[in-house]
Amino acid sequence: MPLAKRIIPCLDVTAGRVVKGVNFVGLRDAGDPVEIAKRYNLQGADELTFLDITASSDNRDLILHVIEAVASQVFIPLTVGGGVRQVGDVRRLLNAGADKVSINTTAITNPEVVQGAADKFGSQAIVVAIDAKAVDESNTRWEVFTHGGRRATGLDAVEWARKMQQLGAGEILLTSMDRDGTKIGFNLPLTRAVSDAVDIPVIASGGVGNLQHLVEGVTQGHASAVLAASIFHFGEYTVRQAKEAMQAAGIEVRL
Amino acid sequence: MQKIAIVDYGMGNLHSVVKSMQLVASDRASVVLTADAAEIAAADKVVFPGQGAMPDCMAHLEESGVKASVLKAATEKPFLGICVGAQLLFERSEEGPTDSLGVFGGQVIRFPAEQMVGADGERLKVPHMGWNEMFIKRDHPLWAGIPDGERFYFVHSYHFAPVDDIAVVESAYPYRFAAAVARDNIFAIQCHPEKSADAGLKLLKNFVNWDGRP
Repeated sequence: MPLAKRIIPCLDVTAGRVVKGVNFVGLRDAGDPVEIAKRYNLQGADELTFLDITASSDNRDLILHVIEAVASQVFIPLTVGGGVRQVGDVRRLLNAGADKVSINTTAITNPEVVQGAADKFGSQAIVVAIDAKAVDESNTRWEVFTHGGRRATGLDAVEWARKMQQLGAGEILLTSMDRDGTKIGFNLPLTRAVSDAVDIPVIASGGVGNLQHLVEGVTQGHASAVLAASIFHFGEYTVRQAKEAMQAAGIEVRL
Repeated sequence: MQKIAIVDYGMGNLHSVVKSMQLVASDRASVVLTADAAEIAAADKVVFPGQGAMPDCMAHLEESGVKASVLKAATEKPFLGICVGAQLLFERSEEGPTDSLGVFGGQVIRFPAEQMVGADGERLKVPHMGWNEMFIKRDHPLWAGIPDGERFYFVHSYHFAPVDDIAVVESAYPYRFAAAVARDNIFAIQCHPEKSADAGLKLLKNFVNWDGRP
């Protein structure tokens, strides 16, 4: 199909700066958000996702300045997630220049926020982030987790994705929690089960260590888009190299 | 200096439309975001954006007090409709029972579930979200310098089905549909030039330079 599969670099932001670290340990400053966004845009990134990892609520508004600055100079879609608790948070992020807002924990604690935000701003603006991991040895059942994979919710990931679609989510950002940071690739059966269960696009995330993993996310996981952080931030690969690898595997990309 | 009015009728997030237009306008035009009918009437060019659900957009437009000035602008000055702003120019939409502006004949229809299968049997997701190819059907000044097959960013579940032969650019998902239409001084596009990187900026720059003739 001519619609390109998307490659989305993910940037962690705190206190107005992009930081990078491994498993949230040893964060270091990776630079100015606008400069980094421009670089990924030049490399051909299809979208950018910003994750606000600010721990204290005092500094929450700083992400708004980051988004405003990036959205004034980089003209590709921007998604922002992290710390979204109410419909008003979604509004502020969209007004700052975000195109989509990603809702994670709040979707579980307050599903009506997803519905309210989708009704108000349209499904196209609402992403629900699902962190899931296998709960059986054979990797055929997956549960939704919160708090970085530490807290189980009892929710079945596939059912949860369907429910989020019903409530108005326009996209699912699916993170394989048992793979996050491992660099051994996406949890492909999970990715495929969720992608096949919903009509809306699914972004695969978590565990990417090389370009073949991105390819597999699409060909075997049936994802519409793949998200990665460290392989791009640490300069292992450029977005362009990732797209060339996908194209070589017969995947439609924007080059 | 010419003045370009971007119509703000309460459908939020016009940040990127304004910033991208300001960037390409540079010192050739002043760009204002406005909810004021007089300012729209006084502008040399009008951009009519929109996002979210079409019935909401129509309701906001009715309440905003700018509907008449938008309709008038569409008859007399270079006019660019984007996304739901473009959809509103048709007669009605399957998204809701509300009549829209009826500047163009035809409806806005949902991608039919039963047809959403790709060439290799792949299931096609709705919304149609991401970068898709744009195929030129006929030349238009706003498409000058943009290659056939260039990709633009889409995010929509409904698309226009014009009655008349007004398509300028088509995309495919999986069937061909009108991605941009034009007649006289109006150009209306389904995807988001303000989110389509360099190609989108090129289109917006062409609008800044456009005299309104097809």
